[in-house]
Amino acid sequence: MNNPQLDSDGRLRHLLSIEGLPKKILYQILDTAESFVGIAEREVKKVPLLRGKTVCNLFFENSTRTRTTFEIAAKRLSADVISLNVSSSSQSKGETILDTIDNLIAMHADMFVVRHAQSGAAHFIAKHVPEHIHVINAGDGRHSHPTQGLLDVFTIRKYKPDLHNLRVAIVGDVLHSRVARSEIHALTTMGVPEVRVIAPKTLLPAQVEKLGVHVFHDMKAGLKDVDVVMMLRLQNERMSGAMLPSAQEYFKTYGLTEEKLAYAKADAIVLHPGPMNRGVEIDSSVADGKQSVILPQVTYGIAVRMAVMAILAGGQIAGSQP
Amino acid sequence: MKIQIKNGRVIDPKNNIDQQLDVYIAAGKIVGLGTCPADFTANQSLDASGLIVCPGLVDLSARLREPGDEYKASLVSELQAAVAGGITSLACQPDTDPVLDEPGLVEMLKHKAKQLQLAHVYPLGALTRQLHGKVLSEMGELREAGCVGFSQANIAISDTQVLWRAMEYAATFGYTLFLHAEEPFLAKDGVAHDGEVASRLGLKGIPSAAEVIALASILRIAEETGAKLHISRLSTAEGVAMIRNAKLKGLNISCDVSANNLHLTEHDLAYFDANCHLKPPLRTQRDQDALRAGLKDGTIDAICSDHTPVQDDAKLAPFAEAEVGATGLELLLALSLKWAEQEKLDLRQALKHVTQASAQILGIAAGDLSINSDADICIFDAATYWQVSPGALKSQGKNSPFTGLELAGKVKTTLVRGVVVYQS
Repeated sequence: MNNPQLDSDGRLRHLLSIEGLPKKILYQILDTAESFVGIAEREVKKVPLLRGKTVCNLFFENSTRTRTTFEIAAKRLSADVISLNVSSSSQSKGETILDTIDNLIAMHADMFVVRHAQSGAAHFIAKHVPEHIHVINAGDGRHSHPTQGLLDVFTIRKYKPDLHNLRVAIVGDVLHSRVARSEIHALTTMGVPEVRVIAPKTLLPAQVEKLGVHVFHDMKAGLKDVDVVMMLRLQNERMSGAMLPSAQEYFKTYGLTEEKLAYAKADAIVLHPGPMNRGVEIDSSVADGKQSVILPQVTYGIAVRMAVMAILAGGQIAGSQP
Repeated sequence: MKIQIKNGRVIDPKNNIDQQLDVYIAAGKIVGLGTCPADFTANQSLDASGLIVCPGLVDLSARLREPGDEYKASLVSELQAAVAGGITSLACQPDTDPVLDEPGLVEMLKHKAKQLQLAHVYPLGALTRQLHGKVLSEMGELREAGCVGFSQANIAISDTQVLWRAMEYAATFGYTLFLHAEEPFLAKDGVAHDGEVASRLGLKGIPSAAEVIALASILRIAEETGAKLHISRLSTAEGVAMIRNAKLKGLNISCDVSANNLHLTEHDLAYFDANCHLKPPLRTQRDQDALRAGLKDGTIDAICSDHTPVQDDAKLAPFAEAEVGATGLELLLALSLKWAEQEKLDLRQALKHVTQASAQILGIAAGDLSINSDADICIFDAATYWQVSPGALKSQGKNSPFTGLELAGKVKTTLVRGVVVYQS
């Protein structure tokens, strides 16, 4: 079975999930991103790497934050950007997706940034596009959100450069989270020796330990001596039902407060992919506290997305490497 | 019309035959095996040198998509596919549109199938009206119209009281119920086995417990009511153990496995292969091992194709949105042979599960080469490999998780009631 993300020379062709990517490509993306961090501080926040290229943000599921950061990233690379919110309510969704894609290819789009509510949607699209088109997964169902996973590792590396000596805890709704899956694959691939997940059993997928993580149900035990705490967002519709009794009880048990954070190492950092539910999964004092790196995550997110786009387009833009 | 099939290796599991014999056919019946009957002069002779001559296969679960879903497949296309796969009798599921819950529909289907003179069609009637699991269908009327048993297709009866009454009523008249065991609440919205692969791919899972819990209810109610039961498409190791125990207890029960679950596991989903979106879901290696062992030791009686043709477009969607099902009629023989070869079993044992055993479950006179039985015969080449590809399939459903695979076992000629209905 061919790895759909790599071309025959082992170069990145699509970014669909962290799983299946070799460590060296992950490092290539992060190292390239380092070189883009400074661009935002320049007077002219642009490089001409994607000049003449058309990047199409195709969002079958609503998102403001992710779409905006991808837009900014593409624009800083001098690409032309189209953003489409495609309703996924039409009857035959399969046809709609491919028809939409075909139309945009006919308009000479070069790169698709795709978000879809169904796991596997980005793989599905990647399978059907011609060879010169690149697909970036901006979130597919519960499956994967690779740029988020990458930007999280990028952020961690900024504060804790020695990834081989870290203990990381991921807290919250792992079951429904594409972010958690991407973080787990990114961390384990890059050599973080201990990744923990902390959640009630209702919010953990079957055989989650097979992803290479240690499972905890108790915050105090799970956070003990960790270097990094990665919080997950809890969707509104899951706060009260058969998964959890109430948002209040969830906050009491799994909400990150200063008191619980004290079990982690004193210099531990706190991440959250946003948007946050203050008072549900995270207390404001922690979100805005000195250990929080939540806003730098957003800044770095743009650099990481620029890096991914630049690497994907790299084969076609000879002589304009950064 | 008199036909002589010459020089073939005749394998008839029921009559324990495996030797080179000529088969003599007259007026649609087998009139001689090995010895030429007196006054027999063949009008036609078929040379089966180097080929296997066996009873036409009997499939326990196929969807023909008529009435109502002719855009997916038609009676003509699917019955042509059946005979191209060496299948001469098949049971079809009632989840058509409209549902097979009225005698008129069953009669019409039987009539249309008969006119085509391809494979014999044995409908399974809907156990409850509209398959809604609330009101019993007119089983007596449906039986008279030609239903060989009653099924809920993939739709479970969630109300156990209705299930109990349905079994009691069926038991009163000795009808066989064909039930697929899946607890609908645990399976709700699930698209893959709830395990390692579904967790990794972020797909909503169907836990093994969904089968185990449903099976526990079904078996218990069957024990209480004395209903004659066939469990369709078992998928879990625990399920196999439960059937084994139920048989030891003396329950009147039989069971089949889909050729898909016999050969594939959750890992075949790879990167969201929509052809692996199947019901029951592909489960773990441990489950597959148990299904294979169960088939070998007789806990599982038969292999079915679970033929479910879908339109190409219906598979062109992300995994969960892709329609459930795969084509199967033309793969049943080859996949049964492959199983037997892998398990080091002989051809007689391979064919038993798709001829004699399945005919017995349906209660039909088929699946063997006894003298005076209908000459429903499959002649195939066990040594020739062929590649599964859309172009190689007669079925209107072209989607298969086995696409690209090379399989041994190519049907050369199929006869139904002594008439050649397929020749490659």
